[in-house]
Amino acid sequence: MHEISVMQSAMEIAVESAKAQGAQQIHCVTMRVGALAGVAPDSLEFAFPIVAKGTMAEGATLEIEFVPAQCHCASCNSDFEPQDFFYACPHCGALTVDLLHGKELELAYLEVS
Amino acid sequence: MGGGSQKSEIRSQKSEARSQIADVGNPIAQTIGQRAEAEQRKIIINQGVLSKNDALAQGNRSLFRSKHLLTLNIVSSPGSGKTAFIERTLTDIKGRLRGGVVVGDLATDNDARRIARSGAPAIQITTGDTCHLDAEMVALATAKLDLDALDVLIIENVGNLVCPSSYDLGEDLRVVMLAVTEGEDKPLKYPTMFKTADVVIVNKVDIAEAVGFDRETALSNIHRMTPQAVVFEVSARTGQGMEGWYNFLEQRAAGRK
Repeated sequence: MHEISVMQSAMEIAVESAKAQGAQQIHCVTMRVGALAGVAPDSLEFAFPIVAKGTMAEGATLEIEFVPAQCHCASCNSDFEPQDFFYACPHCGALTVDLLHGKELELAYLEVS
Repeated sequence: MGGGSQKSEIRSQKSEARSQIADVGNPIAQTIGQRAEAEQRKIIINQGVLSKNDALAQGNRSLFRSKHLLTLNIVSSPGSGKTAFIERTLTDIKGRLRGGVVVGDLATDNDARRIARSGAPAIQITTGDTCHLDAEMVALATAKLDLDALDVLIIENVGNLVCPSSYDLGEDLRVVMLAVTEGEDKPLKYPTMFKTADVVIVNKVDIAEAVGFDRETALSNIHRMTPQAVVFEVSARTGQGMEGWYNFLEQRAAGRK
Protein backbone atom coordinates (compact mmCIF):
# COMPACT_ATOMS: atom_id res chain seq x y z
CA MET A 1 0.00 0.00 0.00
CA HIS A 2 2.25 2.82 -1.16
CA GLU A 3 -0.62 4.61 -2.85
CA ILE A 4 -0.84 7.14 0.00
CA SER A 5 2.77 8.22 -0.55
CA VAL A 6 2.27 8.22 -4.34
CA MET A 7 -0.79 10.40 -3.83
CA GLN A 8 1.18 12.72 -1.53
CA SER A 9 3.84 13.18 -4.21
CA ALA A 10 1.14 13.87 -6.80
CA MET A 11 -0.53 16.38 -4.49
CA GLU A 12 2.76 18.22 -3.84
CA ILE A 13 3.25 18.66 -7.58
CA ALA A 14 -0.40 19.66 -8.06
CA VAL A 15 -0.38 22.32 -5.32
CA GLU A 16 2.99 23.74 -6.40
CA SER A 17 1.86 23.96 -10.03
CA ALA A 18 -1.52 25.48 -9.17
CA LYS A 19 0.09 28.11 -6.92
CA ALA A 20 2.65 28.94 -9.59
CA GLN A 21 -0.25 29.62 -11.95
CA GLY A 22 -1.94 31.87 -9.41
CA ALA A 23 -4.86 29.53 -8.77
CA GLN A 24 -6.83 29.55 -5.53
CA GLN A 25 -8.58 26.22 -5.79
CA ILE A 26 -8.03 22.86 -7.47
CA HIS A 27 -11.29 21.35 -8.70
CA CYS A 28 -10.13 18.29 -10.55
CA VAL A 29 -6.89 16.31 -10.69
CA THR A 30 -6.29 13.99 -13.63
CA MET A 31 -3.69 11.27 -13.34
CA ARG A 32 -2.39 8.84 -15.95
CA VAL A 33 -1.78 5.34 -14.58
CA GLY A 34 -0.24 2.52 -16.60
CA ALA A 35 -1.20 -1.14 -16.26
CA LEU A 36 2.32 -1.82 -14.97
CA ALA A 37 2.80 1.26 -12.82
CA GLY A 38 2.57 -0.89 -9.71
CA VAL A 39 -0.27 1.09 -8.20
CA ALA A 40 -3.96 0.23 -7.93
CA PRO A 41 -6.29 2.95 -9.23
CA ASP A 42 -8.85 2.00 -6.55
CA SER A 43 -6.31 2.64 -3.81
CA LEU A 44 -5.38 6.00 -5.36
CA GLU A 45 -9.05 6.97 -5.29
CA PHE A 46 -9.21 5.92 -1.67
CA ALA A 47 -6.10 7.93 -0.79
CA PHE A 48 -7.07 11.08 -2.71
CA PRO A 49 -9.59 12.74 -0.33
CA ILE A 50 -7.41 11.87 2.68
CA VAL A 51 -4.36 13.54 1.16
CA ALA A 52 -6.39 16.45 -0.29
CA LYS A 53 -7.90 17.37 3.09
CA GLY A 54 -6.69 20.75 4.30
CA THR A 55 -5.09 21.63 0.95
CA MET A 56 -6.36 23.78 -1.92
CA ALA A 57 -7.53 20.51 -3.51
CA GLU A 58 -9.93 19.66 -0.70
CA GLY A 59 -13.25 18.64 -2.24
CA ALA A 60 -11.69 18.14 -5.69
CA THR A 61 -12.41 15.12 -7.85
CA LEU A 62 -9.81 12.65 -9.08
CA GLU A 63 -9.92 11.37 -12.64
CA ILE A 64 -7.71 8.45 -13.66
CA GLU A 65 -6.77 7.78 -17.27
CA PHE A 66 -5.77 4.14 -17.46
CA VAL A 67 -2.96 3.33 -19.92
CA PRO A 68 -2.89 -0.28 -21.15
CA ALA A 69 0.44 -2.01 -21.76
CA GLN A 70 1.90 -1.71 -25.25
CA CYS A 71 5.00 -3.60 -26.37
CA HIS A 72 7.42 -3.51 -29.23
CA CYS A 73 8.62 -6.80 -30.72
CA ALA A 74 12.20 -6.48 -31.94
CA SER A 75 12.03 -9.83 -33.76
CA CYS A 76 9.32 -8.87 -36.22
CA ASN A 77 9.39 -5.11 -35.68
CA SER A 78 5.75 -4.68 -34.70
CA ASP A 79 3.90 -3.01 -31.82
CA PHE A 80 1.21 -4.90 -29.96
CA GLU A 81 -0.99 -4.82 -26.90
CA PRO A 82 -0.08 -7.87 -24.83
CA GLN A 83 -2.91 -10.21 -23.95
CA ASP A 84 -1.00 -11.91 -21.12
CA PHE A 85 1.76 -11.02 -18.69
CA PHE A 86 4.39 -12.84 -20.74
CA TYR A 87 4.19 -10.27 -23.55
CA ALA A 88 4.37 -12.92 -26.23
CA CYS A 89 4.20 -11.28 -29.65
CA PRO A 90 0.94 -12.31 -31.35
CA HIS A 91 2.68 -12.23 -34.75
CA CYS A 92 5.84 -14.26 -34.14
CA GLY A 93 5.56 -15.57 -30.56
CA ALA A 94 8.80 -13.95 -29.36
CA LEU A 95 8.93 -12.79 -25.74
CA THR A 96 9.64 -9.13 -25.31
CA VAL A 97 10.57 -6.74 -22.51
CA ASP A 98 10.39 -3.61 -24.60
CA LEU A 99 7.49 -1.74 -23.06
CA LEU A 100 6.30 1.34 -24.98
CA HIS A 101 3.42 2.18 -22.65
CA GLY A 102 2.10 0.89 -19.37
CA LYS A 103 4.56 2.23 -16.80
CA GLU A 104 3.06 5.72 -16.71
CA LEU A 105 2.42 7.23 -13.31
CA GLU A 106 1.89 10.88 -14.10
CA LEU A 107 0.04 13.94 -13.02
CA ALA A 108 -1.60 14.84 -16.35
CA TYR A 109 -3.53 18.06 -15.73
CA LEU A 110 -5.52 20.10 -13.28
CA GLU A 111 -8.77 22.05 -13.39
CA VAL A 112 -8.25 25.14 -11.27
CA SER A 113 -9.73 28.55 -10.58
CA MET B 1 -4.77 36.17 -39.54
CA GLY B 2 -7.47 38.81 -40.01
CA GLY B 3 -9.86 36.77 -37.84
CA GLY B 4 -7.27 36.56 -35.05
CA SER B 5 -6.62 40.27 -34.82
CA GLN B 6 -10.35 40.95 -35.02
CA LYS B 7 -10.88 38.63 -32.06
CA SER B 8 -8.18 40.22 -29.97
CA GLU B 9 -9.66 43.62 -30.79
CA ILE B 10 -13.01 42.46 -29.52
CA ARG B 11 -11.37 41.07 -26.40
CA SER B 12 -9.61 44.32 -25.63
CA GLN B 13 -12.83 46.25 -26.23
CA LYS B 14 -14.61 43.94 -23.85
CA SER B 15 -12.07 44.29 -21.08
CA GLU B 16 -12.02 48.04 -21.59
CA ALA B 17 -15.76 48.10 -21.28
CA ARG B 18 -15.61 45.97 -18.13
CA SER B 19 -13.04 48.18 -16.47
CA GLN B 20 -15.09 51.27 -17.38
CA ILE B 21 -18.20 49.79 -15.81
CA ALA B 22 -16.24 48.59 -12.78
CA ASP B 23 -14.81 52.07 -12.39
CA VAL B 24 -18.21 53.51 -11.78
CA GLY B 25 -18.70 51.03 -8.96
CA ASN B 26 -21.51 49.03 -10.56
CA PRO B 27 -22.00 46.03 -8.22
CA ILE B 28 -23.39 43.81 -11.00
CA ALA B 29 -20.36 44.47 -13.19
CA GLN B 30 -18.08 43.68 -10.27
CA THR B 31 -19.80 40.35 -9.74
CA ILE B 32 -19.40 39.50 -13.43
CA GLY B 33 -15.73 40.44 -13.18
CA GLN B 34 -15.19 38.19 -10.18
CA ARG B 35 -17.00 35.35 -11.87
CA ALA B 36 -14.78 35.68 -14.91
CA GLU B 37 -11.76 35.56 -12.62
CA ALA B 38 -13.06 32.50 -10.82
CA GLU B 39 -13.61 30.67 -14.10
CA GLN B 40 -12.16 27.20 -14.14
CA ARG B 41 -9.18 26.63 -16.37
CA LYS B 42 -7.01 23.73 -17.22
CA ILE B 43 -3.30 23.46 -16.39
CA ILE B 44 -1.33 20.86 -18.29
CA ILE B 45 1.30 19.23 -16.06
CA ASN B 46 2.37 15.89 -17.60
CA GLN B 47 4.92 15.22 -14.90
CA GLY B 48 5.89 11.87 -13.45
CA VAL B 49 4.50 11.57 -9.93
CA LEU B 50 7.75 9.97 -8.80
CA SER B 51 9.92 12.38 -10.79
CA LYS B 52 11.49 13.69 -7.57
CA ASN B 53 12.48 10.15 -6.60
CA ASP B 54 13.71 9.44 -10.13
CA ALA B 55 15.92 12.53 -10.07
CA LEU B 56 17.37 11.58 -6.67
CA ALA B 57 17.92 8.02 -7.92
CA GLN B 58 19.78 9.39 -10.91
CA GLY B 59 21.95 11.39 -8.51
CA ASN B 60 22.69 8.21 -6.52
CA ARG B 61 23.52 6.36 -9.73
CA SER B 62 26.00 9.05 -10.84
CA LEU B 63 27.66 9.01 -7.42
CA PHE B 64 27.89 5.20 -7.28
CA ARG B 65 29.30 5.07 -10.82
CA SER B 66 31.88 7.74 -10.04
CA LYS B 67 32.98 5.49 -7.15
CA HIS B 68 33.16 2.49 -9.54
CA LEU B 69 30.60 0.62 -7.46
CA LEU B 70 28.39 -2.23 -8.58
CA THR B 71 25.05 -1.53 -6.90
CA LEU B 72 22.35 -4.14 -6.30
CA ASN B 73 18.76 -3.63 -5.16
CA ILE B 74 17.60 -6.93 -3.68
CA VAL B 75 13.85 -7.41 -3.39
CA SER B 76 11.66 -10.34 -2.34
CA SER B 77 8.70 -11.29 -0.19
CA PRO B 78 9.32 -11.32 3.56
CA GLY B 79 11.12 -14.51 4.57
CA SER B 80 12.63 -15.51 1.20
CA GLY B 81 16.09 -15.34 2.73
CA LYS B 82 17.50 -12.00 1.54
CA THR B 83 19.47 -11.37 4.72
CA ALA B 84 20.92 -14.89 4.90
CA PHE B 85 21.84 -14.63 1.20
CA ILE B 86 23.62 -11.30 1.74
CA GLU B 87 25.41 -12.57 4.90
CA ARG B 88 26.69 -15.61 3.04
CA THR B 89 27.71 -13.59 -0.01
CA LEU B 90 29.69 -11.05 2.03
CA THR B 91 31.41 -13.73 4.09
CA ASP B 92 32.37 -15.83 1.06
CA ILE B 93 33.56 -13.03 -1.24
CA LYS B 94 35.91 -11.56 1.36
CA GLY B 95 39.29 -11.15 -0.32
CA ARG B 96 37.67 -11.06 -3.77
CA LEU B 97 35.30 -8.10 -3.46
CA ARG B 98 34.71 -5.48 -0.78
CA GLY B 99 31.01 -5.30 0.00
CA GLY B 100 28.85 -2.87 1.96
CA VAL B 101 25.15 -3.03 2.76
CA VAL B 102 22.19 -0.76 3.27
CA VAL B 103 19.26 -2.68 4.70
CA GLY B 104 15.66 -1.53 5.00
CA ASP B 105 13.05 -2.79 7.43
CA LEU B 106 9.92 -1.37 8.94
CA ALA B 107 11.41 -1.76 12.42
CA THR B 108 14.44 -3.19 14.30
CA ASP B 109 18.10 -3.18 13.31
CA ASN B 110 18.37 -6.98 13.60
CA ASP B 111 19.28 -7.41 9.93
CA ALA B 112 22.08 -4.85 10.00
CA ARG B 113 23.50 -6.54 13.10
CA ARG B 114 23.30 -9.95 11.42
CA ILE B 115 25.06 -8.65 8.30
CA ALA B 116 27.69 -6.81 10.34
CA ARG B 117 28.83 -10.21 11.69
CA SER B 118 30.29 -10.86 8.23
CA GLY B 119 32.66 -7.94 8.90
CA ALA B 120 31.15 -5.80 6.14
CA PRO B 121 29.84 -2.31 6.94
CA ALA B 122 26.05 -2.29 7.22
CA ILE B 123 23.67 0.63 7.66
CA GLN B 124 20.10 0.00 8.81
CA ILE B 125 17.23 2.11 7.51
CA THR B 126 14.06 1.78 9.55
CA THR B 127 11.24 2.99 7.39
CA GLY B 128 8.54 3.11 10.08
CA ASP B 129 5.36 2.28 8.23
CA THR B 130 6.73 2.81 4.72
CA CYS B 131 6.60 -0.37 2.66
CA HIS B 132 9.58 0.37 0.39
CA LEU B 133 12.92 2.16 0.25
CA ASP B 134 13.15 5.33 -1.81
CA ALA B 135 16.13 7.09 -3.36
CA GLU B 136 16.35 9.71 -0.62
CA MET B 137 16.59 7.10 2.17
CA VAL B 138 19.36 5.37 0.21
CA ALA B 139 21.21 8.67 -0.32
CA LEU B 140 21.11 9.44 3.41
CA ALA B 141 22.20 5.92 4.39
CA THR B 142 25.03 5.62 1.87
CA ALA B 143 26.42 8.96 3.07
CA LYS B 144 27.36 7.03 6.23
CA LEU B 145 29.41 4.49 4.25
CA ASP B 146 32.93 4.94 2.94
CA LEU B 147 32.05 4.26 -0.69
CA ASP B 148 35.68 4.55 -1.80
CA ALA B 149 36.42 1.43 0.24
CA LEU B 150 33.78 -0.69 -1.55
CA ASP B 151 33.42 -2.63 -4.80
CA VAL B 152 29.84 -3.78 -4.31
CA LEU B 153 26.98 -1.94 -2.62
CA ILE B 154 24.07 -4.18 -1.72
CA ILE B 155 20.74 -2.56 -0.90
CA GLU B 156 18.37 -4.94 0.84
CA ASN B 157 14.89 -3.58 0.27
CA VAL B 158 11.88 -4.00 2.55
CA GLY B 159 10.32 -7.46 2.15
CA ASN B 160 7.57 -6.69 -0.34
CA LEU B 161 7.11 -7.61 -4.01
CA VAL B 162 4.70 -4.80 -4.87
CA CYS B 163 5.65 -1.30 -3.72
CA PRO B 164 9.46 -1.36 -4.23
CA SER B 165 8.92 -1.98 -7.94
CA SER B 166 7.93 1.67 -8.48
CA TYR B 167 11.00 3.19 -6.80
CA ASP B 168 14.31 3.46 -8.59
CA LEU B 169 17.10 3.68 -6.01
CA GLY B 170 19.98 4.27 -8.44
CA GLU B 171 20.98 0.62 -8.63
CA ASP B 172 22.75 -1.10 -11.52
CA LEU B 173 20.94 -4.37 -11.08
CA ARG B 174 17.59 -5.27 -9.63
CA VAL B 175 17.83 -8.69 -8.02
CA VAL B 176 14.48 -10.39 -7.38
CA MET B 177 14.54 -13.38 -5.04
CA LEU B 178 12.03 -16.12 -4.44
CA ALA B 179 12.32 -19.17 -2.22
CA VAL B 180 11.21 -22.64 -3.31
CA THR B 181 8.65 -22.55 -0.49
CA GLU B 182 6.79 -19.73 -2.25
CA GLY B 183 5.56 -21.82 -5.16
CA GLU B 184 6.32 -22.03 -8.88
CA ASP B 185 3.75 -19.42 -9.82
CA LYS B 186 5.25 -16.55 -7.81
CA PRO B 187 6.51 -14.76 -10.96
CA LEU B 188 2.99 -14.92 -12.40
CA LYS B 189 1.51 -13.33 -9.30
CA TYR B 190 3.91 -10.37 -9.24
CA PRO B 191 4.48 -9.51 -12.90
CA THR B 192 5.32 -5.85 -12.29
CA MET B 193 8.27 -6.74 -10.08
CA PHE B 194 9.53 -9.72 -12.06
CA LYS B 195 9.32 -7.78 -15.34
CA THR B 196 11.91 -5.36 -14.01
CA ALA B 197 14.38 -8.02 -12.78
CA ASP B 198 17.95 -8.16 -14.06
CA VAL B 199 18.72 -11.16 -11.89
CA VAL B 200 16.40 -13.77 -10.36
CA ILE B 201 17.63 -15.79 -7.38
CA VAL B 202 15.79 -19.02 -6.54
CA ASN B 203 16.75 -19.59 -2.89
CA LYS B 204 16.45 -22.54 -0.48
CA VAL B 205 16.94 -25.15 -3.21
CA ASP B 206 18.28 -27.52 -0.53
CA ILE B 207 14.70 -28.09 0.64
CA ALA B 208 13.10 -28.06 -2.83
CA GLU B 209 12.30 -31.75 -2.78
CA ALA B 210 10.81 -31.70 0.70
CA VAL B 211 8.35 -28.94 -0.26
CA GLY B 212 7.50 -30.48 -3.65
CA PHE B 213 8.95 -27.60 -5.68
CA ASP B 214 8.37 -28.10 -9.42
CA ARG B 215 11.68 -26.76 -10.72
CA GLU B 216 10.93 -27.02 -14.46
CA THR B 217 7.66 -25.11 -14.17
CA ALA B 218 9.25 -22.45 -11.95
CA LEU B 219 12.15 -21.85 -14.35
CA SER B 220 9.81 -21.75 -17.31
CA ASN B 221 7.60 -19.18 -15.53
CA ILE B 222 10.63 -17.07 -14.64
CA HIS B 223 11.98 -17.21 -18.18
CA ARG B 224 8.66 -16.37 -19.78
CA MET B 225 7.99 -13.53 -17.36
CA THR B 226 11.47 -12.04 -17.51
CA PRO B 227 13.42 -13.42 -20.49
CA GLN B 228 16.24 -10.90 -19.94
CA ALA B 229 17.11 -11.99 -16.39
CA VAL B 230 20.08 -14.10 -15.35
CA VAL B 231 18.86 -16.87 -13.04
CA PHE B 232 20.76 -18.47 -10.13
CA GLU B 233 19.46 -21.43 -8.16
CA VAL B 234 21.06 -21.34 -4.73
CA SER B 235 20.89 -22.27 -1.10
CA ALA B 236 22.23 -19.48 1.08
CA ARG B 237 22.22 -21.99 3.96
CA THR B 238 24.33 -24.77 2.40
CA GLY B 239 26.17 -22.63 -0.16
CA GLN B 240 24.88 -24.68 -3.10
CA GLY B 241 25.01 -22.69 -6.36
CA MET B 242 26.55 -19.62 -4.70
CA GLU B 243 29.86 -19.83 -6.57
CA GLY B 244 28.15 -19.03 -9.88
CA TRP B 245 26.62 -15.96 -8.26
CA TYR B 246 30.02 -14.78 -6.96
CA ASN B 247 31.61 -15.19 -10.39
CA PHE B 248 28.79 -13.14 -11.87
CA LEU B 249 29.31 -10.41 -9.25
CA GLU B 250 33.06 -10.36 -9.91
CA GLN B 251 32.51 -10.04 -13.63
CA ARG B 252 30.00 -7.23 -13.25
CA ALA B 253 32.09 -5.42 -10.62
CA ALA B 254 35.14 -5.60 -12.93
CA GLY B 255 33.01 -3.91 -15.60
CA ARG B 256 32.57 -0.92 -13.29
CA LYS B 257 36.31 -0.29 -12.87
